Amino acid sequence: MIGPIPREAREGLADIVPVIIAAVPIGLLFGALAAAKGLSALEVGLMSLLVFAGGSQFAAVELWTQPLSIATLAFSALLINARMVLMGASLAPKLSGFSWTQRILGFHLLTDEAWALAERRAGSRPVTPAYWFGLCCLLPLAWVGTTVAGALAGSLMGDPSRLGADFAFTAMFIGLVAGFWKGRVTAVTVAAAGAASAVVYVLAGPPWHVAAGAVAGILGAYLAAPADAGQAAA
Amino acid sequence: MTLDPMTLAAIVAMAVVTYLTRIAGLFAAGRIRLSGRAKAAFDAIPPAVLVAVIAPTVLATGWPETVAALVTALLATRLPLLATVAVGVVTVVALRQFS
Repeated sequence: MIGPIPREAREGLADIVPVIIAAVPIGLLFGALAAAKGLSALEVGLMSLLVFAGGSQFAAVELWTQPLSIATLAFSALLINARMVLMGASLAPKLSGFSWTQRILGFHLLTDEAWALAERRAGSRPVTPAYWFGLCCLLPLAWVGTTVAGALAGSLMGDPSRLGADFAFTAMFIGLVAGFWKGRVTAVTVAAAGAASAVVYVLAGPPWHVAAGAVAGILGAYLAAPADAGQAAA
Repeated sequence: MTLDPMTLAAIVAMAVVTYLTRIAGLFAAGRIRLSGRAKAAFDAIPPAVLVAVIAPTVLATGWPETVAALVTALLATRLPLLATVAVGVVTVVALRQFS
């Protein structure tokens, strides 16, 4: 180690710890599911490293058939990850002191969790490269490591839902939503997004529920917020 | 340890699409200026997306998941993130004993 770790990087590392802990059972579960579909540990590790997006990886394994439909897998990844366009656009103006190289490389590490934590941070302090890379450096290691371990362990694990591991991400997302709470508008957002997502999930199946829920929640917030003078220009 | 060419192609295709969604926001950011309702809609993206991802688990899986999610939500504003996750997991495991 050359010199001490900057304070902001340490704060980023500390902020991501709950996410890492929640990701461990999910990574093991993903690896086991992928192995059951015939992916090798090497393929699982490559996917975790290069795609590095849990939701779309789970969806891909769900859609994994022989022969592979690459177009279906890519389209599913696009639908599920389209939210990151908006997340990136929302976070980008709050980045402070980033070079373009740091932006282009650093945003490969963009995840729901890192983004939510960085947005929370941006409420009170600037998001610097030291904070961002401190926040984001451990999750890829944990994700690749646990998914590969899950693929190797395979069926030895038994049913992960017995331990409630499948609920860890749900509980974490609820905790993250609470961090964004702004009263009535958020309540309408949550109700609209939840209802639309669940209905579309039952009627059309994944991955459409993500896009449907997101659109409904955003529309709900738009309608619930007070109309403003600049509306005519919109 | 095998690496099937078709599997590799699928992984690369997913990775390219995903990376494009990650960096697209960087190029859109400077051109978006929002106020009022449009800003409220933009600010709603995080909770809307998070809720959309978990809604099938919460609303369309079983009553233990629904009740555990409600318990978690009630405590989420009072507890740190890790404690919130722990409460949610313990609650769902307990409730599943009765389902």
